[in-house]
Amino acid sequence: MARLKVENLSFSFGYDTILDNINFEIKEGEVVSIVGPSGGGKTTLLRLCSGLLDRQDGKIENSFETQAIAFQDPRLLPWKNVIDNIAFGLKAMGVSSQEREARAKEIALKFDLEESDFEKFPKELSGGMSQRVSFARALVTKPKLLFLDEPFSALDIGLKRELQDHVMELIADKEITIFFITHDIMEAIRLSDKILLLAPDPGRIVKIFEFDVPQSQRDDEYVYTQTAKLLSDREIIETFELEFK
Amino acid sequence: MKSLLKILRDFPAYLWSGWGAIASIFLFIAAWDIGNQVYGDMILPSPLETFHTLATLFKDPDFTQGLMITLRRAMVGFGISLVVGTALGLLAGFFVTASIVSRPIVTILMGMPPIAWIVLAMIWFGMGDATVEFTVIVASLPIVFVGALQGTRTLEDKFEEMADIFKVPLMMKFFDIYLPHIFSYVFPAWVAALGMAWKIVVMAELLATSDGLGADLAMARSQLDTASALAIVVAMVGLLMVAEYIFLEPIKREVEKWRD
Repeated sequence: MARLKVENLSFSFGYDTILDNINFEIKEGEVVSIVGPSGGGKTTLLRLCSGLLDRQDGKIENSFETQAIAFQDPRLLPWKNVIDNIAFGLKAMGVSSQEREARAKEIALKFDLEESDFEKFPKELSGGMSQRVSFARALVTKPKLLFLDEPFSALDIGLKRELQDHVMELIADKEITIFFITHDIMEAIRLSDKILLLAPDPGRIVKIFEFDVPQSQRDDEYVYTQTAKLLSDREIIETFELEFK
Repeated sequence: MKSLLKILRDFPAYLWSGWGAIASIFLFIAAWDIGNQVYGDMILPSPLETFHTLATLFKDPDFTQGLMITLRRAMVGFGISLVVGTALGLLAGFFVTASIVSRPIVTILMGMPPIAWIVLAMIWFGMGDATVEFTVIVASLPIVFVGALQGTRTLEDKFEEMADIFKVPLMMKFFDIYLPHIFSYVFPAWVAALGMAWKIVVMAELLATSDGLGADLAMARSQLDTASALAIVVAMVGLLMVAEYIFLEPIKREVEKWRD
């Protein structure tokens, strides 16, 4: 079984310790969220796990065959149209041009993009549409491990929900493993099996919350009560400095 | 290849959009004719007379030969600027130190008036091809260099990161990520350099050679043959316009279509 295992991971920029002795494991089919305030080293942790940053201290074992990222900003190539942007990962995998066009179109329609949008360049797309394309690009390759770096944070609640539902479908089918970064606790509760609380300066995991109810059975009430519970948790209050409000 | 077909397919529509440009050229010619009526043939020959002179010039083998010589000089100078300028610009762009070092030098090169270069080149190379080509290179190479440098310096890490996640092979990274971005900077620089090369070649010829369009222009001046002088100018401008609007502009539109 594939897994992502992080052991005694530390990282610093110069004299600044960003991450201090991080330990956790993500098993195949799991959704694990990292929750913490901005600037607490969440993105650094994701970049280390995905191999975008070189490791300094500790061990990272990543045995997933394929991976993809949906970034906070869509990062669409401005000189490629919607379909070619979605098919970008497939092209890198060496999929034939006909097949990648067919697969890109299929997923684009699934993500509620119109056929009239297919030839458009990113400059002609709204923020929400760009994020859909970015999501489609990450998912069309059918990655075993998906990194989500706050991809929902700039979206309105309707679109946020819609994209989350796509993720939920994949989770329900146990097709995918997700490493999810967010500062939105409610979002994390809706989607994850495990939430790791990352406290800043230096970044360290102070608490792990686990949720047993399957994602598909988590209704709004469940999410709200769990959110309320977490928000009254002492570690959460300290980490997010909630008492100063 | 796909882009090339697209350029050809869009070409008729592009030409059709040129009516406005043609109308404004006719307006200019009309103003020119008024100038002729005010100042007389000696100062400003009429457009009609100029075009007549141009037609007879094109029948004269000496003139067409001179035109070819000028074209050759411009193309040699421009070609060298294009290849060397692009290569050096890309190279400098990939190294921070090189781009910091090269900036002031480029500013000096660009700030130096071409006429000064011509004088120096005449001392160094004498009267002939080398002087003209040298001046063309010295004037147009920095433009290409800066374009390539800026294209490379402005490459964004975020796309590279995105590509790394998908394990994009190096060749694909080059063609799909670096090239479109760099080309959108380099190509306009090439167009600007071509215009510069064409202007400089005539100026250098006028001062430093006994053949080519520039020399013909010098001859027309010494004989006070205003009609011929104007006809040569029209030929020069006409050629540049054909090159720019028939060949370069459609390519530029295709290449830059995705830009804001």
